[in-house]
Amino acid sequence: MRRGLVPQLCVILFLLAGKMSAAAGPDLQSELAALRKVDARGEGHSAAIESWQQVAEAADADDLPTILAAMDGANPLAENWLRAAVDTIAERQVKRDGKLPVDKLEAFLAESEHNPRARRLAYEWIARVDPTAPDRIIPEMLDDPSLELRRDAVARLIDSAAKLAEAEKNDAAAAEYRQALESARDTDQVKAITEALGELDDPVDLAHQYGFLVDWMVLGPFDNHEGKGFDSIYPPEETIDLKGRYPGLEAAVAWTPHHTDDEYGAVDLNKAIGKHMGVAGYALAEFISDEARPIELRVGSENAVKVWLNGKLLTSAEAYHANSAIDQYIGRGELKAGKNLILVKVCQDEQTVDWAQNWTFQLRVCDELGAAVLSADRPEPKSADELKAAAEAKKAEAKEE
Amino acid sequence: MPNRDTGATRVTHCTRFLRPLATLSIAGCMLAVACGADWTQFRGPNSNSATRGQAPPLDWSDAENENIAWKVELPGRGPASPIVVGDRVIVTCSSGVKQDRLHVLCFEADSGERLWERQFWATGRTLSHPSSANAAPTPASDGELIFAFFSSNDLACLDLDGNLRWFRGLAHDFPQAGNDVGMSSSPVVIGDTLVAQVENQGDSFATGIDKNTGQTRWRVPRPRKSCWTSPVVMRGQGGEDLVLLQSPTKLTAHDPETGEEVWAYETECDSISSPAAVDGSVYVASKGITALEPTGSRQPEVEWNAQNLQPGAASVVVADDQLFIINRAGVLSCAGTKDGKVQWRVRLDGEFWGTPALVGDRLYCVSQKGSAQVVDVGEGDQSGKIIGRGQFDGAIQASPAAVDGALYVRSDGHLWKVATP
Repeated sequence: MRRGLVPQLCVILFLLAGKMSAAAGPDLQSELAALRKVDARGEGHSAAIESWQQVAEAADADDLPTILAAMDGANPLAENWLRAAVDTIAERQVKRDGKLPVDKLEAFLAESEHNPRARRLAYEWIARVDPTAPDRIIPEMLDDPSLELRRDAVARLIDSAAKLAEAEKNDAAAAEYRQALESARDTDQVKAITEALGELDDPVDLAHQYGFLVDWMVLGPFDNHEGKGFDSIYPPEETIDLKGRYPGLEAAVAWTPHHTDDEYGAVDLNKAIGKHMGVAGYALAEFISDEARPIELRVGSENAVKVWLNGKLLTSAEAYHANSAIDQYIGRGELKAGKNLILVKVCQDEQTVDWAQNWTFQLRVCDELGAAVLSADRPEPKSADELKAAAEAKKAEAKEE
Repeated sequence: MPNRDTGATRVTHCTRFLRPLATLSIAGCMLAVACGADWTQFRGPNSNSATRGQAPPLDWSDAENENIAWKVELPGRGPASPIVVGDRVIVTCSSGVKQDRLHVLCFEADSGERLWERQFWATGRTLSHPSSANAAPTPASDGELIFAFFSSNDLACLDLDGNLRWFRGLAHDFPQAGNDVGMSSSPVVIGDTLVAQVENQGDSFATGIDKNTGQTRWRVPRPRKSCWTSPVVMRGQGGEDLVLLQSPTKLTAHDPETGEEVWAYETECDSISSPAAVDGSVYVASKGITALEPTGSRQPEVEWNAQNLQPGAASVVVADDQLFIINRAGVLSCAGTKDGKVQWRVRLDGEFWGTPALVGDRLYCVSQKGSAQVVDVGEGDQSGKIIGRGQFDGAIQASPAAVDGALYVRSDGHLWKVATP
């Protein structure tokens, strides 16, 4: 009686009373509305705690699409409250008879305007009770808004391409890898595909593929001793004048051009500006857009960074030497038609240990799913010969160092 | 020998039945022997990694299924330790290419049957060093509720049947809170308050959250430095319980109801190895190990300092009059709690991230490579000797949980129950 029986009795009573049913009536909608109202710092929790119990105990498997649909437009906290209700109801039903309303869930999954996470969740419950689901559903998901569904589809294509390559059908394999590359958004899959294409003598211009910016103007160093430079407003944050000269840390500084050949667009400020500790540097790039459109600026750096688009701060992180990754910080903004200015501030601290000497960043422009958005004046991807030559030059440079 | 597990533990069916006996002056240690204590949080119910009761077996083999009661697959990775609440074993995992899927799983302790699983999506930062994972903090329980915390600073409260009570995203609230190396501080429950320590280079704080409603009771700023230590409850010695928070620059004691700082020891402390509070003294990884005695003033007194006791990642184990640390070279040291003097040392095989579990006179140490060594810490001839071994197939960073003659250990792929058939 302590566990299990009381909730079951509650369910029976609710169903008998018709309070909540598969018809997803007004009671369910009002409880779901309460769950959608949860927000930061515990807002809406009191009502949500009660509503969650009502939903989880009284709703049944036929209500799952309704609960999943409540995730549309919900904030990430509300998504989790709703997800817990979905999982609780679905798990209970599967334990009871091993069945779920697959048709209804598949109909929900087919509507790509729904929350991608909710659709993935629907798929996972379908797959739990229907072993044919992956083969039936996933191959069609190569361009799905759900990155997890897309990932599974890309994985299948990679496997297929690998088998073709193994059978020495190199052209067919390369074609499938290229198709997979167009859909892939996860860095591990992109890496696997580009390595495979490299072995098939079809190298990929990764910087172009990702949309990493490779041509910058750089300026610095400015003072960042004791981290004070991170919030100091140096001239580039007030006005952009590429002909300007400014008082730097030790001497006057001016904008200088810098191009990176790194395949992941890494800009090494120790080389571009010079080796310093306790400093701040800036990098500026022009970006031409044919139209006004939303984009994401995704930056990776093990230094403290700020990123502005046309003078508007999109993202900042004041952390030093605590890891770095592609797409580490994401700023969301709006490109205007014509010329846009992307400004990056990168601060280096004063740690003397070996692992704290890097002063670098990488930045790419992409859409919300991670597909590269390229400046209208960006050159075409490098040719296979150019990529091979660049790879050889990189090897030689590494050898020299 | 006095009962080492004297702290508050969950009232199980068993202890309910035995409570009348306890009131008839049956020794508390018999309760522990009869029922064992739950292992409700990181480093056990008293955050000292020590318990009494039936000890797990001395030897086992994963490969040969010797003394392995059960082994189950996990759907994700995590250095988080399992906890045991009554007949349930709870463990957290994280999965996905971005480590943004958070799992809370509950297994039946007897059979290993998976009773339920809940998943959440991370709302905070999910990057970490490859050796770590989002599921690094160990969950905590008050015996009725489970508090699953993650490196992304997501915090889910569930009951023992997997029903959600509330969900908070502390980094959703404070988006600059996070550490891309990974965070690993495990929360503790103290009274009606759950205390979580979110120390990093961005929004750095500790917070007390009403365990029943998920509402924030208090939030205090902490040093803006990377830190991986866990809060510890200091049981009141005639007064109220306090919660201890260790940062790289200080150790502070707080009123768990209000977050108000009661006393502070302001000196360099370790950022990984957590403190222990036993019998009114605090043992902190600071310039080796430093023993502190709160005096009722704003500053505790230093009882002793032993610079030759340098813990690695594992935290100090304290019980009765002994403490144990493992240094970065894998050397286990036993010292007296009264003076910090080393009584013996033994070199173990491997490096250790997980904190050993002490059951009576046996210390169960599990290395990063899955090599377990059982050390006799009693007073007999075998003192300081390795008296048993076990091997797990997999890298292990989690600390073992010891309950009722069983040892629960998890890797990135599996959860084991080690027990005599």
